[in-house]
Amino acid sequence: MVYKKALNLSVTFLLIFILTGCSSTRKNVEQILFGGGNNNEAEIVSNAIPGSSQDFTVNVGDRVFFATNSTSLDDDAKAILERQASWLELYPEISIIVEGHADERGTREYNIALSAKRADIAVAYLESLGIAGDRVETVPYGKERPVAACSSEACWSQNRRAVSVVIIE
Amino acid sequence: MTNRMNRFIFSLFFLLFYSTTSQAALEIDVTEGNLRPMPIAITTVIDRQNEQLGLGLDITKVIASDLAGSGLFYPINPKAFLDEVNSVDRSPNFNSWRVINAEALFTAELVYDNERYRINYKLWDTFTEKSLEANYLVFSKSKWRNVAHMIADTIYTRLTDEKGYFDTQIAFIAESGPKTERIKRLAIMDQDGQNAVLLTSGRDLVLTPRFSPNGKELVYLSYRNGQPQVYIYDIQSKQTYVVGTFPGITFAPRFSPDGKKIIMSLQEGVGSNLFEMDLSNFDRKRLTNTSDINTAPSYSPDSSNIVFESDKSGTQQLYVMDANGNNVRRISFGTGSYSTPVWSPRGDYIAFTKISKGRFMIGVMFTDGSGERIITDGFHNEGPTWAPNGRVLMFFRESPGEDGGPMIYSVDITGYNERKIETPGYASDPSWSALMN
Repeated sequence: MVYKKALNLSVTFLLIFILTGCSSTRKNVEQILFGGGNNNEAEIVSNAIPGSSQDFTVNVGDRVFFATNSTSLDDDAKAILERQASWLELYPEISIIVEGHADERGTREYNIALSAKRADIAVAYLESLGIAGDRVETVPYGKERPVAACSSEACWSQNRRAVSVVIIE
Repeated sequence: MTNRMNRFIFSLFFLLFYSTTSQAALEIDVTEGNLRPMPIAITTVIDRQNEQLGLGLDITKVIASDLAGSGLFYPINPKAFLDEVNSVDRSPNFNSWRVINAEALFTAELVYDNERYRINYKLWDTFTEKSLEANYLVFSKSKWRNVAHMIADTIYTRLTDEKGYFDTQIAFIAESGPKTERIKRLAIMDQDGQNAVLLTSGRDLVLTPRFSPNGKELVYLSYRNGQPQVYIYDIQSKQTYVVGTFPGITFAPRFSPDGKKIIMSLQEGVGSNLFEMDLSNFDRKRLTNTSDINTAPSYSPDSSNIVFESDKSGTQQLYVMDANGNNVRRISFGTGSYSTPVWSPRGDYIAFTKISKGRFMIGVMFTDGSGERIITDGFHNEGPTWAPNGRVLMFFRESPGEDGGPMIYSVDITGYNERKIETPGYASDPSWSALMN
């Protein structure tokens, strides 16, 4: 909960900095927000080039997760997508591909449709937050690209996901 | 007492035997789980012009392996043979075959002439001493496996009164590499796992191949252009082309029974709907129009109906509709969810994957949903495909865990005679062809 608040706060700060054109001091703000370089996370944060895909993955969060056979976004998923939308507003030249994924506990073709629906629902939420539809594509991978290989809920929960991949042109 | 009893049992046995043989000389009922395979003597194909017994012996082995693999026949070990067959023209000494319990006898000889082979073969009923089949095939050497499968199909047909399924191929996905970075290639092999050929390089993710009814093309899913789209692969020319341009993702393609149309799913916003595309002009026709996941379609063999899966009830269930999309009715009502329905080529059954209590099963039901029967049950069984005679299924079974992966199995629709198909590596998404010749 505290973490989530901190993240929302960080988005707000970032927005303020972009709006006021003080991007050069952004690193300092992040260090304040994330604890001033005293832990690993803050170090990664300070190393990621703002506007890079690393920045997006580490500082914003590139993925949201789903319950079994579900396509609905829970509060955690919505919070991440809100941060993604804010970040995308900072970098209007960047577009993304949202990959939909499912766990191995379904049949192949159903999982393609399910993962397509997951990606579409994530995109619809981004669009509702003001991200233009032409900046976002989707690819459904079904159960074909798991990130975790074990055959238990610990892995399946990581595989039921929609991942936003940054395209920098 | 024992004498009278013995005589009674003997006469009972005689009656039983007499009544079965009087109707049809020798016949196996393939609809029952067959626990006693028919003993058959398959004599080595006589090969006078080749002292090494090379080709004749190879053909013999394939015929015996096909028949044994069906689970309906028991080829007798040639070491038990009391008689030697030196010619297909002479009538065999039936008694010497009856003594070793051979109910049927196969004899054949190979003649080589002008770079063509000719095989003359006969099938005998050793009890009635009648010839059930006398025929020949002319072939070039490279086709010897097909010839062996065709002869095995003929033997199967004469002794079961059902069409065979040995001279067929399986399209499948050959899998390699770790689970998180699996490489998938389009592949085909003979029904017995021989002659496996990889058709794609593995650069693009490919899934769910299905044979065209004439066996010359495959329709499948490829991520060639980043997005999953339906493609057709021409096996002879090795050419690929995309099946129409849709405003979205297309998947789950199948040929119509006449091979002139493709039915598939189109993902559109919140749902996936079924479309039919005419391959002659790429005209497309919408068959469903809901915000659910409607996929995995399969035509009835007479093209009048389509079975598919939909989650409109909240879970995946099976539905049948008229071929024009009207008159949708649910047919699956058991516990759990149902998917990947496939209509039998005979029209009598629908095979499916069932998921219940975290287990994945393969089953069959009649086309109205009655008579559900589970054929195999375990951690993960998926994607049944029918042999052209509608009596045998293949499916894939995935083992759990980080090193887990799929293998293809065949099984009778009775649930008996499950066999793993030997493939070079992991293999999934089998699709059984029609008879090739």
